[in-house]
Amino acid sequence: MDDAVAEQSPLRILIADDSDSDRLILKTLLKRLGHEVLDASNGLDAVSLFQQEMPDLVLLDALMPVMDGMEAARQIKSLAGERLVPLIFLTSLSEAGALARCLEAGGDDFLGKPYNRTIIEAKINAFNRMRLMHQTLSDQRDLIRERNRQLTEEQEIAKRVFDNVAHSGCLDASNIRYHASPQSIFNGDVLFASPRPAGGMLIFMGDFTGHGLPAAIGAMPVAEIFYGMASKGFNGQDVLREINQKLTRILPTGMFCCGAMIEADFKLNQVQVWNGGLPDGWLIRSSGDRQALPSQHLPLGILAPDQFNAEFERLGAGPGDRLMMMTDGFLESADRAGNVFGEQGVIDALAHLDHSEHPFDTMMSAVHRFTGGFKDGDDLTLCCLEMSAQAGFSPLPDRTAPSALAGPAEWRCSYEIREQTLGEFSPLPLLLHICMEVPGLRRRSGEIYTLLAELYNNALEHGVLELPSEWKHSPEGFGRYYLERKRRLGYVEGHYIRFTLHHSLKPDGGRLRVVCEDSGRGFDFRNHPSATSGAPPEGSKRYAGRGLQLLKRLSESVRFHEQGNHVEIVYDWHFSGAAVNQGDVAR
Amino acid sequence: MSDKPHLDEEALAELQDVMEDEFEVLIQTYLADSRDRIRSLREALEENDSDAFTKTAHSFKGSCINIGAPRLGELSLNAEKAGKDSRLKEAPALLDAIDAEFHQVAERLQGLLVR
Repeated sequence: MDDAVAEQSPLRILIADDSDSDRLILKTLLKRLGHEVLDASNGLDAVSLFQQEMPDLVLLDALMPVMDGMEAARQIKSLAGERLVPLIFLTSLSEAGALARCLEAGGDDFLGKPYNRTIIEAKINAFNRMRLMHQTLSDQRDLIRERNRQLTEEQEIAKRVFDNVAHSGCLDASNIRYHASPQSIFNGDVLFASPRPAGGMLIFMGDFTGHGLPAAIGAMPVAEIFYGMASKGFNGQDVLREINQKLTRILPTGMFCCGAMIEADFKLNQVQVWNGGLPDGWLIRSSGDRQALPSQHLPLGILAPDQFNAEFERLGAGPGDRLMMMTDGFLESADRAGNVFGEQGVIDALAHLDHSEHPFDTMMSAVHRFTGGFKDGDDLTLCCLEMSAQAGFSPLPDRTAPSALAGPAEWRCSYEIREQTLGEFSPLPLLLHICMEVPGLRRRSGEIYTLLAELYNNALEHGVLELPSEWKHSPEGFGRYYLERKRRLGYVEGHYIRFTLHHSLKPDGGRLRVVCEDSGRGFDFRNHPSATSGAPPEGSKRYAGRGLQLLKRLSESVRFHEQGNHVEIVYDWHFSGAAVNQGDVAR
Repeated sequence: MSDKPHLDEEALAELQDVMEDEFEVLIQTYLADSRDRIRSLREALEENDSDAFTKTAHSFKGSCINIGAPRLGELSLNAEKAGKDSRLKEAPALLDAIDAEFHQVAERLQGLLVR
C-alpha cells in the first residue's frame, strides 16, 4: 500500500483470542504486515497487557473464557481515556443483536472469520488514519488550550500593570456616575478622572481602535500624561495636545483614539468640552433642557501637533446640570437579532427622561431593555458628570514617593510672559512646579495653585484685557465675555504679566511671597469696597469679591501697590499643619 | 447431510502462503486445539451444561472456518444452535458426526503436510 509515511510506521497491536490456531494465524498475518503484536488468550490477560504496553490498536474475540470480549472492551476503552485506541471485534457472530452489543461495549468495528488478509490490512490502515487524525486534533486542542492559558495569564499580568498606571482616579466622586467593564481596557475603552489642584475636574474618555493588548497598550501613555499633567494643574487643552502628540508619534497608521475631554469648573459654573470622534455628548440641564455636544474634531493620534485643534466648547453649567459622554460600544449594543441601540436609542431615551430618575440610570436601563440581557455591558462605557457646588471628592492619593531630598529653602525667582504668549501659554504649571520643589509646600499644592491661578487670571482678564467680570453673570454676557476675551488677546502688544516668587525659612516652617505685576492700567484699590471692607463689589473692573476673599482667606496678607496692578501675597506654612490641604475642596 | 467440502483448498493455500515455515505448527496447533474442544463438548454433554456446550461449539466453529474446514465448521454451527435452543437430545448424534468429520479433516491435513 502506498499510504502516507505515518501509516506505514509499525503499530503495536494487541490481539486476544482463546483459539490458539486463530491467534497464531492473526499474529503471523500482522507481523508480516510489519506490526508489533502482543497476544492474550482471554479478556483478563488482554486488559492487563493493555495497561502495561499501551498498544495503538486492539483486536478482540467476542467470546472468551475468564473475561469475555465485551467486558474487556469496556475496561480497555476506559483505560484509554482521551486517547483513541481503535478496537475491532473478531467474531463469527452473525446475530444482529450480538453485533450491536459489541459496539455498545466500545467496539469500533468487526472482523469476521475466516480472516481475509486484504480486509484486515485495509481496516487496520483505515483505523490508523482515524487514530492519527484524532491524535493531531487532540495535540492541537492541547496546544490551543495552553496558548489560551498563556494569553489569559499575560492579560491578567498586563491588567495589573494597567490598573496601576491607568487607575480610575476620582471616578468614585459623588458627582460622577459611570459604567465601564472591568476588562474594558482590552476593548480599547479608557475612562480617567482627576481633580484639578485648584478645584474642578478633568475627565477623559477614550476609545482606541482595535481590541485586545494592542488597544490596551495605547492607554498606558494616555493615562500617564493625563494623571501626570492634571495633578500639576495643566488645563484640558494642554493635556489634550500632549496626548495627541504622543499618540501621533507612537501609534501605527490606522490606529487612533476617539476621545473626549471634559474640564469642569464648579466655581465659575462652567464646563468645557472637546469631542474628537466619540458619539454626541449631552448637556442635560436641571431644567430638563438638553444640548447635544457633537464631535467637532478628528480623533487623537492622527493630526500633527501644528494641525491639531484643541479648542474647547465652553458652556455655562450650574449645580444640577449634568454632562454625559459615551463610547461607540454604547450605540453598538445589540439585541439577539443583531439590531443596534444606535443614536436613535439615545435620543428616544433622553426624550423620556423623568425628573425623579438620574439620566445615567435612564440610559443604562434603556440599553439593558433594548438588548434584553444579550451580551450586556461587554463593551460599553458611559459616564455622567454632575455640576455640583459641593463636589465631595477627596484628593487623589499621593502616588509619588516622597522625595528624600530636603529641597530648596532660600530662593527667589522672577518669570515674565509677554505679548502673544499671554494668549497661548499658561505659566501656572511651571510656577506650581517650582513651588513644589519645597517639601513643605508639596502637601499644599491645591492652595498654592489656587493663589497663583487667582492672581494670574485677574492679571490677564481684568488687568491686561480689562474685561468686566459682571458680564459673566448672565448667560448672554457669558458668551460675550469669552468672545471678547479671545478678540482682545489678539491685541496684547507691549503687555506682560510678571511673577516674582520668594521663599525663605522661618523657625517653624516657611514663607512664600508672591508678587504679581501686570502691564494693565490697574484699579483704584484704595476705594475698592472689597479691598478695604470685604463687602461685595459694585461694578468694579478688578477683583470680583469672591476672588479677593479667597486670596485673603488663604494667605497671611494681600497688599496692592502702585496703581493697583501690583499685588503682593504672603503665604506661610508650618511643619505641623503640612497635612491640611483645603484648597482641593471647592466651595 | 452437507454438500460442503472437507477442506477448502483455496483457503489453505492462502494460509500456507501467510504462514510459510510455520504452517506445520499451525496445523498441529489446530489439531491439538480441536481434540481439546471435542473433549470439552463431551464433558459439557455429560454434565448437561448447554451453555458451556454452546460456547465451545461457537469457538470450535470459528477456528474450523479459519483453518479451512468448512464441513466441520457447519457441524459445529449445528451443535452451537442445538445448545442454544437447549436441544441437547440431538447432541450425541451431532457429536458423533463431528468426531467422524474431524478424523477426515485430520487425515487430510496430515496428508497436506507430507506433500
